[in-house]
Amino acid sequence: MPYVPHTPDDITRMLDVIGAQSIDDLFDEIPAALKTTTLNGVPPALSEMEIARLLTERAASDGRSLNFIGAGAYEHHIPAPVWAIATRGEFYSAYTPYQAEASQGTLQLIYEYQSMMCALTGMEVSNASLYDGASALAEACLMAVRANRASNARRILLPRAVNPTYCQVARAITCNQNIEFAVVDFDRREGRMPLAALQAYRGQDFTALVVQQPNFFGNLEEVDQLTDWAHANNLLVIAVVNPISLALLKPPGEWGGLLAGKRGADIVCGEGQPLGVPLASGGPYFGFMTTRMQHVRQMPGRIVGRTEDTEGRPGFSLTLQAREQHIRRSKATSNICTNQGLLVTAATIYMALLGAAGLKCVATASVQRTAELVRALMQVKGVAAAFDAPRFHETVLRLDRPVAPVLAALAERGILGGLDLGASYPELGNALLVCATETKLDVDIDAYARALAGVMQASRDARGAA
Amino acid sequence: MSNIPSDLQYTRSHEWVRGLPNGQVEVGITHHAQEALGDLVFVEVPQLDRRLTAGEPCAVVESVKAASDVYSPVSGRIVASNDDLAQRPELLNQDPYGAGWLIRIELDTSAPRGALLTAAEYAQFLAE
Repeated sequence: MPYVPHTPDDITRMLDVIGAQSIDDLFDEIPAALKTTTLNGVPPALSEMEIARLLTERAASDGRSLNFIGAGAYEHHIPAPVWAIATRGEFYSAYTPYQAEASQGTLQLIYEYQSMMCALTGMEVSNASLYDGASALAEACLMAVRANRASNARRILLPRAVNPTYCQVARAITCNQNIEFAVVDFDRREGRMPLAALQAYRGQDFTALVVQQPNFFGNLEEVDQLTDWAHANNLLVIAVVNPISLALLKPPGEWGGLLAGKRGADIVCGEGQPLGVPLASGGPYFGFMTTRMQHVRQMPGRIVGRTEDTEGRPGFSLTLQAREQHIRRSKATSNICTNQGLLVTAATIYMALLGAAGLKCVATASVQRTAELVRALMQVKGVAAAFDAPRFHETVLRLDRPVAPVLAALAERGILGGLDLGASYPELGNALLVCATETKLDVDIDAYARALAGVMQASRDARGAA
Repeated sequence: MSNIPSDLQYTRSHEWVRGLPNGQVEVGITHHAQEALGDLVFVEVPQLDRRLTAGEPCAVVESVKAASDVYSPVSGRIVASNDDLAQRPELLNQDPYGAGWLIRIELDTSAPRGALLTAAEYAQFLAE
């Protein structure tokens, strides 16, 4: 039996049936000038042995750096059972199976995942996941426009302290759908969005307010005040949250309610990577989204429900599919329907293994490690805290000189020292975003502080000599 | 055989229109439409006071297998929508020309009247 789906024989027979001479004839209508016959930069094919060797060498060049970068993707310890179980044959697929109901195990796992995400975010219903955190925010914006019937605008208030990559992706996905973003600045001293910054928008028609907690700088926003303001002004609240942080922080479903009767975010989304997914040079990760029953029909993606068969036995089925793209085409709630089944499997196992108490340990340890890191780095001459606000496990430091050369020198010493915020936030000057999770021990933090002191001293010496 | 009351007007997208004594019109989906969709589980009606142009999507009817737009047969302003459908979408299956009505519209007299079908024309259209 051939390994390839179409043997030369198959192809000849198919061409005979339709009366074509060659496969190229099928592409006749494309002008010859537009066709590429060679692939520049793509080297000749390699054998399995050669490619394995090449990729092993490439992988080794990643090195084994000590990583203090967060900025949306976080290095957490992943217990060995997580991927041992997730890669079992029964689970090892990225896809929801066709004839989904024939795969009760997969559906049950997604149902458990949805239940966990609802519990974590304090919401009523979750989808089976989205592509990643950034696209989840874009989908949440589109969903808010469909769901907020009190608003005729397609305008979203987007704080400047929301992850800039998320903002970029949200703009890219929504730019041809007439959605407008108004950027709300952050307070320079606190590094978060003051309620006063929103007052300028009072009385105007906006669809939703995005609130990221913790925000991109790691600071904790005043979510109760912001949520109440949004609801008082007929805006929906889109919460963007780090799922690990929810082990300690108030779930978005309970935000607000300080004054008004109505409380809680309306849509919650975010990046699921911290829940058992390795950094892996940037992906694949998975996005999550939860909401209230009231808005369930506007939520994109698939949802697994628990039901009974004709004999009264419990079972699981895909539900509310009527607005998905295989039925609704261009009018579907989303045309980026990828859920990340395999990564959701890992996340579900991760959450089940750790439990509520375990997640709280991870979150608490991460907060403590970051506090320790800040304390250690602030001892270094030329390093100061950029903001004065409560934080989770990430913070912004200000250096007395440009950040990029410092990071380059640290990298030479095997340390990834954080993210240079210069490109995204020039107004912050020499700002460095650093993060420590439970994976960073005292020796690691000491190593970073000593390396940083060395680098800063060396560049002072160099300047002195010059 | 489809039920097509002779006193209503119809569209090719399977909506019906009933003229009310006060000059407003009532709009719903036809017996044929509800039958083709199957058991309806959700109906999304538009906000009151919304202005519609003939042919514009104005409601969504959702069955277990599909969600379909309902297109406004006329231009005007929405003055009422059938709130009972939120709790009892099955009314649309049981009584599409009565209790299953969707919206009432105050006609925009300045807008050109769209070409609506008579019962006989709609029956002919279904037969084709």
